[in-house]
Amino acid sequence: MTDNRQGSLLTVLLAMLVAALFVLSLMTGPAHFSPHTVIDALVSDQGVASIIVRDIRLPRTLLALLIGATFGLAGASLQGLLRNPLAEPSLFGAPQAAAAAAAAIMAFGLANALSIAVPLGGIAGALLSVGALVAIAGRRASLTVTLLAGLALASLAGAAIALILNLAPNPYIALEIAFWLLGSLRDRSMEHVWLAAPFMIASWVILAFNAGAFRALTLGEDAAASLGVNVERTRVLVVIGVALGVGAAVSVAGAISFVGLVAPHLVRRFYGYDPARVLLPAALAGAALLTAADIAVRLVPGAVEIKIGVVTALIGVPFFLAMIFHERRALEDGQ
Amino acid sequence: MKPNDAPRLVASGITVTRGSRRIVDHADLTLNAGEFTVLAGPNGAGKTTLARAMAGLIPADGSVTFDGMPLRDLPPRVRARAMSYLPQGHDFHWPMRVDSIVALGREPHADAFSQTSVQDRIAIERAMEATGVGEFSDRPITTLSGGERARVAIARALATEASVLIADEPTASLDERHQLIVMDLLRRITQQGTAVLAIIHDLALAMRFADRVVVINEGRIVANDTPPLALTPERIGEVFGISVNRVETPDGPLLLPSRAL
Repeated sequence: MTDNRQGSLLTVLLAMLVAALFVLSLMTGPAHFSPHTVIDALVSDQGVASIIVRDIRLPRTLLALLIGATFGLAGASLQGLLRNPLAEPSLFGAPQAAAAAAAAIMAFGLANALSIAVPLGGIAGALLSVGALVAIAGRRASLTVTLLAGLALASLAGAAIALILNLAPNPYIALEIAFWLLGSLRDRSMEHVWLAAPFMIASWVILAFNAGAFRALTLGEDAAASLGVNVERTRVLVVIGVALGVGAAVSVAGAISFVGLVAPHLVRRFYGYDPARVLLPAALAGAALLTAADIAVRLVPGAVEIKIGVVTALIGVPFFLAMIFHERRALEDGQ
Repeated sequence: MKPNDAPRLVASGITVTRGSRRIVDHADLTLNAGEFTVLAGPNGAGKTTLARAMAGLIPADGSVTFDGMPLRDLPPRVRARAMSYLPQGHDFHWPMRVDSIVALGREPHADAFSQTSVQDRIAIERAMEATGVGEFSDRPITTLSGGERARVAIARALATEASVLIADEPTASLDERHQLIVMDLLRRITQQGTAVLAIIHDLALAMRFADRVVVINEGRIVANDTPPLALTPERIGEVFGISVNRVETPDGPLLLPSRAL
């Protein structure tokens, strides 16, 4: 099938793009390095260059790749599960819960924004929100009940963040939290990578395991069940997988929106709209998008670095509106 | 292959309760190989619920066995290979290509990472040929008409090569010509030894195509017989609340609804 060949080629190109952006990201910063220097600095001791590349640029680059891929995969999985192109990783409240827990730790003086306690708390918050979601909605819950429970939890987490900012002991802490919430990959260390990576990789495994179920779900839940898919188990696994990955991502980087929504859309049509085949390219596209955004924030001149969450939202919102517009037209055409 | 008329799917004492309401009440129904059974009944009679319970999609009291084995003991994928279920409405949520949709019928035969086998290809080809969807196999499903989509949905169900096919209103929202095409298709599938159960609203179609008609009313099966014996004017009046005229035609007797009682 021509669709298949076109798709495989695009997957290879995306992987090459991600590799190129990886090197470019290591080159970019106040001190500009050539690709050659970057590779030398990575594999051998080149003094200051090695310190900059390995200790400063490598962690943020790895995080951008891992987090971007996690958002892309989580978005594609949720869109597959819900059969809806507008589904987004924040739907079930896990990223908001992670952000709330991390903000609480910062607010009450337990740790500063870059301490390892923040992501740990964030991940715990995300897991807690999944537990609460499954407990509220029940194991055999319908999609509507799960979505409503997720919405309630997301609102609760949003209110908790507002309360924490409200009760912050001094304005500096409130400001620190507010800035952290904007999302950034600056000044992250390899410790952040080691802490978040296992959760993100676990989430990839859980989500990829459900690829066949997403494909069958294109026929609706009854037909999917008749094809041997355990629809309820799929739903619980996807909620857990998304919460693990996205929760860990938000915990180390703050809120980063729209990558999970946009990445699957960029690639879907090249894979025949097959919700299973779109998973890998969506992850690659997510990784490329976030790494590119993180390079962009370093290239903008000025004393204050623009936060990466701001950049993804600025690019994401117009895209989202265009998509709504397109969907609306499709609906009005009686498609 | 089992001989025709061998019982394939046997449901006995099926009861489905929702809240305090009994949707299906002790229904007994056997689907035989090579037999086209039509399930008919007024709106809200419990047709879809009974069909879903027989397909093992919703929990129900009573027992359903496939070739003598209790359905609930079968692993989902084994059950999926034995039985195809075609839900109402022919929903397709992504604009996937027709051949990719039909290939979904092979999902129960594949594991997560296996490629399409020769057997899969043959089954997909056969299903597309039987339903005549081959000519638009490379088009996105969303660009097809209602009648074409209905045929793709059936092709998807056929590609599984299951020995039982349960179809919920496969002719709904189709024009007369496509209703006849779909009914004819189901009949031909039956002749190849499949046990077919279809929910059909049009009693004239049921009369004309079915080997057996099961009438359900308020959750209870009130008739289970050949079409002329199941669909008598008296029973139609009682269950459907309409009077009908029975007309003899070269194709057999026909029922024409005349007025609501």
